[in-house]
Parts: sequence; C-alpha cells; structure tokens
Amino acid sequence: MRALVIDDSAAVRTILKRILTECGFEVVEAADGRLALDRLREVGSADIALVDWNMPVMDGFDFIRAVRADHAHDGMRLMMVTTETEIAQVAKALEAGANEYVMKPFTKDMILEKLSLMGIAHA
Amino acid sequence: MPISPRDFDFVRNLVHQRSAIVLEAGKETLVESRLSLLARREGIDSVDELFRRLHADPAAGKLHVQVVEAMTTNETLFFRDIYPFDMLRNIILPDLFKKREVEKRLTIWSAGCSGGQEPYSLAIMLKEQFPQYMNWNIRLLACDLSTEMIARAREGRFSQFEVNRGLPASLLVKYFHQKGIDWQVREDIRRMVEFSEMNLAAPWPALPYADIVFMRNVLIYFNVETKRGILAQARKTLRPDGYLFLGTAETTFNIDENFDRFQNEKAWCYRPKKTP
Repeated sequence: MRALVIDDSAAVRTILKRILTECGFEVVEAADGRLALDRLREVGSADIALVDWNMPVMDGFDFIRAVRADHAHDGMRLMMVTTETEIAQVAKALEAGANEYVMKPFTKDMILEKLSLMGIAHA
Repeated sequence: MPISPRDFDFVRNLVHQRSAIVLEAGKETLVESRLSLLARREGIDSVDELFRRLHADPAAGKLHVQVVEAMTTNETLFFRDIYPFDMLRNIILPDLFKKREVEKRLTIWSAGCSGGQEPYSLAIMLKEQFPQYMNWNIRLLACDLSTEMIARAREGRFSQFEVNRGLPASLLVKYFHQKGIDWQVREDIRRMVEFSEMNLAAPWPALPYADIVFMRNVLIYFNVETKRGILAQARKTLRPDGYLFLGTAETTFNIDENFDRFQNEKAWCYRPKKTP
C-alpha cells in the first residue's frame, strides 16, 4: 500500500511518515499540492493521501479537487490533516471529496483511528 | 516527587470505599499524575498541599469526591473499537427491531459512560442508520459514577481533541456545532440520552429492562467478587434475549457462568444463558 504525505512542514511529514511506515505503507512525500501531483504521476497511484490545507503553490483543497477530477484516482482515499478547524471548512473539504478530516494538533492514535474508519488499517 | 506510601494508601482506601474500585500497588504514578491535574484545576499549589487538606478533613468534603472522580474517570472515544458498533448495526439491532415489532420499544444502556461519547455514538448511529424506527419508544440510558462527568456528558460538549477521536468527519459536520473552541452535540441527539449518576458496585436502583447493555472497560477496575455482583445485576436488568457488551479485555468466563458468548467475525458480546 502506498501513501502520499503532503505538507509544507518537513517535521509534520516526518511524523506522519513514521506512523504510516509502521502501518506497512510505502510513503511518498511532497511539500505542496503541485509537487504531490507530480509525484503521483511519477509513481502512478497511491491508496491514500494525507493532505495539509494551507501550503504554497497549490493548497490541499485544490489538490483534492484535482485528484477528484481525475478518474484515474477514483479509488484514492483522501484525509485532510490541517490547522483549519472551522466546521464550514470541514464541510467544504468533504464536499470537495475528502473522505476524512483531522484537525491539528494530532496524535498517532487519531491518525490510526481515522485510517481504521476508512477501512485502511486497524487502530 | 512520587507520593508517599501513606498518601497512596489513603487514596486507595478512599477510592475503594466510595466506588469499590481497586487501585493496585504500582499505580502510584497514575495517582500522582491525576491528582496533579486536580490540584492545578482547583488552584491548589501542589499535590502535597492537596494531601494536607485531605488529611485535615478525612471524613467528607468536596475534595474527597473530586479525588475519587479523578481516579475513576476513563479515557474514551466516539465509536470506540468500531467492531461492536458494526455488530450492533448489522446484526443485533436488525434482530431486535424485528423481535420488538409489536411493542415498538427498545432500551439501550451505557454503563460507565464517562464524558458521553458512547451513548452519543449510539444515538447518532440510531438516527443515521435506523431513521425509520425513530417513532418507536427508544430509550438510551447512560450512567457514570462521576458527578462531574455526568454534568459534562449531559452538556454534550467536547474538545477538538475529543471529536478528532473515532468520530467520522461526516458525522461531526452533521451532528455537532461549534461552541467557542469546543464542539457540542446537536440538541436532538442530546435529548435522546437520559444521563444519571450511579455506582455500579452498590445495589442498583430500579431500572427498566434493557435490550442491550454496554458496560465496556468498567469491570477491569473491580475485584472478582465485585465483578460477580455487577454481572449478576446486569443479568437481571437484561431481557432474556438481550445483549451485553464488555470491553475487549473483559469477559464473563470464570466470573459468571450464566452468560453465553455471542460472536461474529471481529466482535463479540454476551447473552444470558437460556434456562432449560
């Protein structure tokens, strides 16, 4: 299983990568949405992407819209992991095609529980 | 600095007297960390000072209640463990809705409900998955030993940290609203749950017969005799074709042999043994 971790903070990417690697994922990293789309083209596909919202060049919301507009990635699960904590933002991300939403700060357990909810890994 | 053996014994005896919960040796760090939080919350300078006040008035007082509550409150989350909820949704509730077709009445009990995540998970699941039965007389009862937790649960107010745990984002958006920095369960869901204080280790008050009892991660705190007493009372409360859910690390085996284990692929619960 392959996971894409998209966040402009290298520290956050490192933490998420460690959690996902422990779950058996091969992890591909990107620092913004545009780079993530490039990496996706290189590797072909990913089972899940954990996406920050606020990033330079292309933000997480636009990344989600781009992925959902491309039927080649219909099976890809999308989890927003962001400091955006307004209910309107959560709803907006879900409407755009996010499957799950985690508000920062997060813990390892939160990520595992959300993966479990998405039927991807067991908490 | 770790708490002294005298202070640990004091807390151990107090918690056991008031709740029958057993704090075993080795739990000193847990006692220390929970009481540090309590001291900070109450504006008491240190855990030493907190103990000084406890020893000064050993008979009663609000602080004693708060210590018991601080030691008996569990961490919990929405839809905890998932699989029991799947089993409920896919097998048990369809079965019970069919069996109760004539009386149109169902009672579910969440014992040891802590901050309310479990009964609210049940209420949300019923509303979400079984809207056609919302005109039935469905009672969701929830109890906890802690006065403070019951007050919190009744308010249905949760921190961002708490709603991040176990709750699908789609349900967060649908059944909660933001209240300051917290999230509050929508009023129609709150109205579905009846909360009350109750000490499971004491004789139980008269309760309506329950079709389903959730009593998860509660028995682990008690000694075998108390567990036996609680299970016996739960059995009397359960309808003969009802279901009892315990925590994943808990069982009725070797404690109360009047239950049968009922299992599907990933979850299990217990049912009163049929009398011949």
